[in-house]
Amino acid sequence: MEHQQIDLTINTELTRQVLTGFIRSEVTRAGFSHAVINLSGGLDSSLSCYLVVEALGAENVLALRLPYKSSTPDSGEHANLVIDALGVQSLTIPITAMADGLISLYPDMDRIRKGNIMARMRMIVLYDQSQDFHALPVGTGNKTEILLGYTTLYGDSACAINPIGDLYKTQVRQLAKAIGVPQVILDKPPTADLWLGQTDEGELGFTYAEVDQLLFLLVDQRYRPEDCVEAGFPESFVRQVMEKVRRNQFKRVMPPIAKLSNRTVGYDFLYLRDWGT
Amino acid sequence: MKVTIALAQIATKLGDVNANLEKHLELIRRAVSSGVDLIVFPELSLTGYCLQDLVPTVALAASTDDPVFKHLLEASQYVDVVVGFVDSDARHRFFIAAAYLSGGKVVHVHHKAYLPTYGLFDEGRFFAWGDSVRAFDTRFGRAGILICEDFWHASPPYLLWLDGADLFLFTSASPGRGLSSRPMLDSARWVEDINRAYAGMFTSFVVHANRTGYEDGLNFWGGSTIYDPNGELVLQCPYHAEALMFGEIDLNQLHRTRARLPVLRDERTALTMRELQRILGQEQA
Repeated sequence: MEHQQIDLTINTELTRQVLTGFIRSEVTRAGFSHAVINLSGGLDSSLSCYLVVEALGAENVLALRLPYKSSTPDSGEHANLVIDALGVQSLTIPITAMADGLISLYPDMDRIRKGNIMARMRMIVLYDQSQDFHALPVGTGNKTEILLGYTTLYGDSACAINPIGDLYKTQVRQLAKAIGVPQVILDKPPTADLWLGQTDEGELGFTYAEVDQLLFLLVDQRYRPEDCVEAGFPESFVRQVMEKVRRNQFKRVMPPIAKLSNRTVGYDFLYLRDWGT
Repeated sequence: MKVTIALAQIATKLGDVNANLEKHLELIRRAVSSGVDLIVFPELSLTGYCLQDLVPTVALAASTDDPVFKHLLEASQYVDVVVGFVDSDARHRFFIAAAYLSGGKVVHVHHKAYLPTYGLFDEGRFFAWGDSVRAFDTRFGRAGILICEDFWHASPPYLLWLDGADLFLFTSASPGRGLSSRPMLDSARWVEDINRAYAGMFTSFVVHANRTGYEDGLNFWGGSTIYDPNGELVLQCPYHAEALMFGEIDLNQLHRTRARLPVLRDERTALTMRELQRILGQEQA
């Protein structure tokens, strides 16, 4: 499904300038000079790593490789390509023992639970290393997965700042290409690599190319659902995607606080994070 | 008459008035030493933009009694200054404001009359609405100040024009948004288009000081400009970077442009008034 009128092309130079400025500003004004990032060897974390290095310098960036026993060897090799190309510091910390400590208690645990545990173990290591390296943890979630909720809450979604969260996967690919992410990473099918043979598109049931175009119309261009159908998207696909976006809103907001007092965090106690900086 | 204008395209510290004041005084010193006549700072230059619940804590009064304005007024003995701040009136209403300071005096204070409260903006929640659009006299002729959303509406620049302003002083804290394949964000392109259009349509000078830097995930794109009465670009600051840049305008250009293109002379204000009354009357009926 290709729609001529939907153009997701971005100016990569401008994007790079805004995002590296953002990283520099938000890391330094929070009182840090270092960043730490979980580098899976996939497209999103590779691009994020390139951006962070461009913003802060390789010597200020720690890339973490956090394999589980079922992780494909490709992932680690691709992460190494990025680490070598950028010259960042890196650590490899297998999460098998810590994840299996919990997983082994439940012999019939399904793969969704296991995947969530792996994602959250990686979060624990990321935040632990951020303390040790005096670094701000940088997130790697893109706009497509944030909108679809294709992420583990307090797992891979946990971070201090997220440079690429307003870029659709299609745009991540474009920027990654422009910034020089190795071709083999650009070419491979996106995967969370939580179990053998898992691919994003296989699990979601549609391609990023398709859903990015639809999300762009629904979210960015404020098309009504019926306008998207008129633009050529199957009604069932539009409904399915809208429902996914709605159901996953909880992953995009702070947990609601039950209001009792006259002034409550989140409702009428409102300050930016950058307060005073 | 030639006038040298400095655009002080700064990033601010959110809610830290004293730190921002220091930056103002430093840039004013640099402008004075370069022989600048007028220095223009962006919207809310003393406070930062996304103030939310900080608004009541950063509010000032533009007078010599105010410990912040005292310094700025002293500095205005040497160069005219346009500065952005939160103005508190005597009854504790808070306005997004810009003051024109000259010769140690507050010449004019403009309260932002259009508060965007849609999309990423929430100004109407935290600020009171300004209620006037007035031109005022300066040592460079008659000028007018508008703040950001004020000039996204056509009527405030039009009113300033009819009120005698030849020098439009626009200030912004414009968040960059609208990424496409173009080399500029949509918001930057839009603001530049309308400022060039105002300069040409009103055969006037349009000075625009926009801020830069970040607040949380918002970027402010800078790109401050000066356009002359022909709509020609006199000065442009870089995008997404702090800058202090000087541009010289020649006020005699007003004579030349308006001799060629007498749209001010020919403006039919009575017709406009008549039709506005008819239109508004119809709405009321």
